[in-house]
Amino acid sequence: MKVGVLALQGDFREHLSALGECGVTGKLVKTASEIAEIDALIIPGGESTTISKLANSFGLFDLISKRITDGMPTYGSCAGMILVAKSILDPASGQETFGGIDMQVRRNAFGRQTESFEVDLELVGISGAPLRGVFIRSPWVESYGSGVDVLGSLEVDGKSHPVAVQEGRVLATSFHPELTGDNRVHRYFLEEVCNK
Amino acid sequence: MSKANETEVGGARVKRGMAEMLKGGVIMDVVNVEQAKIAEDAGAVAVMALERVPADIRAQGGVSRMSDPDMIEKIQAAVSIPVMAKVRIGHFAEAQILQTLNVDYIDESEVLTPADYEHHINKWNFTIPFVCGATNLGEALRRISEGAAMIRSKGEAGTGDVSNATTHMRKIGGEIRRLTSMREDELYVAAKELQAPYALVKEVAETGKLPVVLFTAGGIATPADAAMMMQLGADGVFIGSGIFKSGDAAKRAAACVKATTYFTDAKVVADASRGLGEAMVGINVADIPVPHRLAERGW
Repeated sequence: MKVGVLALQGDFREHLSALGECGVTGKLVKTASEIAEIDALIIPGGESTTISKLANSFGLFDLISKRITDGMPTYGSCAGMILVAKSILDPASGQETFGGIDMQVRRNAFGRQTESFEVDLELVGISGAPLRGVFIRSPWVESYGSGVDVLGSLEVDGKSHPVAVQEGRVLATSFHPELTGDNRVHRYFLEEVCNK
Repeated sequence: MSKANETEVGGARVKRGMAEMLKGGVIMDVVNVEQAKIAEDAGAVAVMALERVPADIRAQGGVSRMSDPDMIEKIQAAVSIPVMAKVRIGHFAEAQILQTLNVDYIDESEVLTPADYEHHINKWNFTIPFVCGATNLGEALRRISEGAAMIRSKGEAGTGDVSNATTHMRKIGGEIRRLTSMREDELYVAAKELQAPYALVKEVAETGKLPVVLFTAGGIATPADAAMMMQLGADGVFIGSGIFKSGDAAKRAAACVKATTYFTDAKVVADASRGLGEAMVGINVADIPVPHRLAERGW
């Protein structure tokens, strides 16, 4: 199975090395022909506006969107979560998403960089010690459809907000497992999501 | 379920991680809301809010300071991408002010007039991450030991002359490569010569890279400049005066974003370079008397 990491902008190299530590040689992809060849895709953390604008100006947008719709296993972290959402509550002007999960996300939901944080998380499907979640200007899931499984949530001011979700073969996290050296989310993607 | 009040904020990982998210992107200097929106629409990963771009600071002279909080907040309200702002070298009170404004990154910048000719800010005292300029590896590691979560080359800001940025990127890269080829017992002297903490020198020798993200800045004005800097090992690009001191700013901004992503594909960079209108006129660094060179500031 060829796993591509979308390399338009963001921390794609960290995802590539996380894949490597799981024993999978990933490939950085940023052209239509490269994207056509892969069997699964990771959309990294970064600036979601920049990634979607670049995908648009290089004619990759519809291709990625169609491949996800056609069932290509896809995992998005942070900006990647925004890009696989069906819609954005507060989009920048003209900002679009690839889609993949029937949910609406709120960008920068936890606040600006001073509010960026780490926290221990319990996630469905990830056994062992709690996972250290690194949240950097992260989104959360504001609302979601009945087909979406919530794998993890975070409580803010008494309200629960999903921060890890899956619908079929598309996985998304608000946080950045690729920055921690703990590859359990990547393993979950490779073993549970890609084989679903 | 985990609660957000059990969280750790302002740690090195979220500070350095923030810069990781900017990689492969372009950060643009903007002086007003209109420019900030143009930058965001062009695909900038962040904007640097300041009252005068370096080219104007150079032309107008005088003491250059942190921007008016009102101006920074207007830009924060206008765009959703991260907003950075500059403080004078060593001016920790300006940094305290920017922290209350919740800017996303502080640039302790040689472009402004230094406030302290001996000490830089102790950046560990802040939850906001800092980016600092460097001309060589020792300077970069000194800034990291003070808490910088991101490094950029200094180049020579406000000139449109990329030569100093090239020198600094080659120098930092070359010194890193030199460390990786050393025996372990040679690293002690290397640390002494670099005037940098031994632990950081050893880490760089082992990993072959800085422990934080390395951007380039100072004189980048064209898509080709951006592509060259990325090929020289930059993780991303700051463009200061180069965009809004040129003819068609929106087009040039988008072109520099494209060139930074597809920096190894000369055909894409060529297409991005077409019909951009007049580039920033610029000044040759060699024509600037040494005491007026900004890269000399910082120690």
